[in-house]
Amino acid sequence: MNAPVLLSVRGAGKAFVHQGQPRWACRDVSFDLYPGEVLAVVGESGSGKSTLLRLLAARHACDAGSVHYDVRAESGEQSSTLMDLASMSEARLRWLARTDWGFVEQHARDGLRMNVSGGANVGERLMALGSRHYGNLRRETTAWMERVELDPRRIDDLPATYSGGMQQRLQIARNLVTHPRLVFMDEPTTGLDVSVQARLLDLLRELVDQLQLAAVVVTHDLAVARLLAQRMLVMKDGVVVEQGLTDRVLDDPQHPYTQLLVSSVLTP
Amino acid sequence: MNETPMTAILETLALSKTFTLHGRGGLQLPVFAGIDLRVSPGECLALTGHSGSGKSSLLRCLYGNYAASSGDVRIRHEGQWMSLTTALPRDVFEVRRRTMGYVSQFLRVIPRVSTLDIVADPLRRLGVNAESARSQAAQWLTRLNLHEHLWHLPPATFSGGEQQRVNIAHGMITSPAVLLLDEPTASLDADNRRVVVELIHAARASGSAIVGIFHDDEVREAVATRSFDVEQHRNSL
Repeated sequence: MNAPVLLSVRGAGKAFVHQGQPRWACRDVSFDLYPGEVLAVVGESGSGKSTLLRLLAARHACDAGSVHYDVRAESGEQSSTLMDLASMSEARLRWLARTDWGFVEQHARDGLRMNVSGGANVGERLMALGSRHYGNLRRETTAWMERVELDPRRIDDLPATYSGGMQQRLQIARNLVTHPRLVFMDEPTTGLDVSVQARLLDLLRELVDQLQLAAVVVTHDLAVARLLAQRMLVMKDGVVVEQGLTDRVLDDPQHPYTQLLVSSVLTP
Repeated sequence: MNETPMTAILETLALSKTFTLHGRGGLQLPVFAGIDLRVSPGECLALTGHSGSGKSSLLRCLYGNYAASSGDVRIRHEGQWMSLTTALPRDVFEVRRRTMGYVSQFLRVIPRVSTLDIVADPLRRLGVNAESARSQAAQWLTRLNLHEHLWHLPPATFSGGEQQRVNIAHGMITSPAVLLLDEPTASLDADNRRVVVELIHAARASGSAIVGIFHDDEVREAVATRSFDVEQHRNSL
């Protein structure tokens, strides 16, 4: 039980300047994420959860505190030290984002390249890792399309010709093809039909399990959190008001806001 | 390490639970206080008390599903005593994966996942291969008289009794060292109640420590080696 921490967040915060005054979108967030752990971040829109996700994924820089990541050794060297994202070069961060991390956007269009084929969207990340052999790329891409339940015959079609659910599954394949250790997801099932959502959730649950992925999933849907995450973090007005084991937070919420959130859900 | 005899596997120390309802102006709902329990392998402890006396809340505290308001829940996990009230989420998960099973009254269904796979899942999480896990799951479902034509369907549309049997198979399949049972026979007919009683006997014989709520007097008398009256620890402010 003493596996090394994968992602370590300490007092992290991000402020945006509004009418000359800094306004904290999120602040003072601290937690450790271990390999294979799935953490859900819940809260209403404007609570700062998406900003937090962008801090963790180095898409924003911290204005306070820090985010450290266990950077995998690049070539043979046995390094397993936590590195401050703020101290890493642009190139190193890009390399991380392309290989060891995934980022699943709420709108698949933001995470896909719409002007190249579905297959190329998946193969692209492999090529970034140096894979050049066309036959191998094609084979691995096909295998991933099947894995996310996409018809491989659509491999040469543009993503725009895919349905919303298919685009989201394509985005997931694109992210997972390099076997990342950590995946960030921003409302991955929002905006999809309920039946499409169920299929995607089941798929995500299975993949996270099989690949032993660590993930940070931002969602406003408590059922999604319960299904995917062992732990959750509840945010309100930019701060974490409660965190802990998912079923404990949902079944025995302590903070007034969490109690309100849980009691506001309609169960069909 | 401490004064706990090696024989016990689960204990509570001055455990209390009070709910605070912030939506109702911080209304305090005291449930129980000062509970000291100790359960050893091979025992089946029945929690008793009227409806609303806090039996299920106590069971949920033992599982880490409810937070203790004060006091402690401790479990011997992989030979080490640990506190469930202060453990990190991932450690609680490990305890649930390897040491402690829970059969709730209600089945939480996962869309699209078949009954057989739901029951096999706890074994899969222990590293058992898919084929072997499924065949053991099939044995449990057969034992619990769940018709084979249901195995490949998600249990969402099953009757209460069918869902309960899926839940029992899911909770018991790994033969956990600590087994928590919340009214496991509530919606079962006499034949299936008898099967569950036999399964509990077998779990006890193989060394599980069991804590359960058994509504049915006959079942309770058949399985319990001791009982604990939660009502006696009712906490009235």
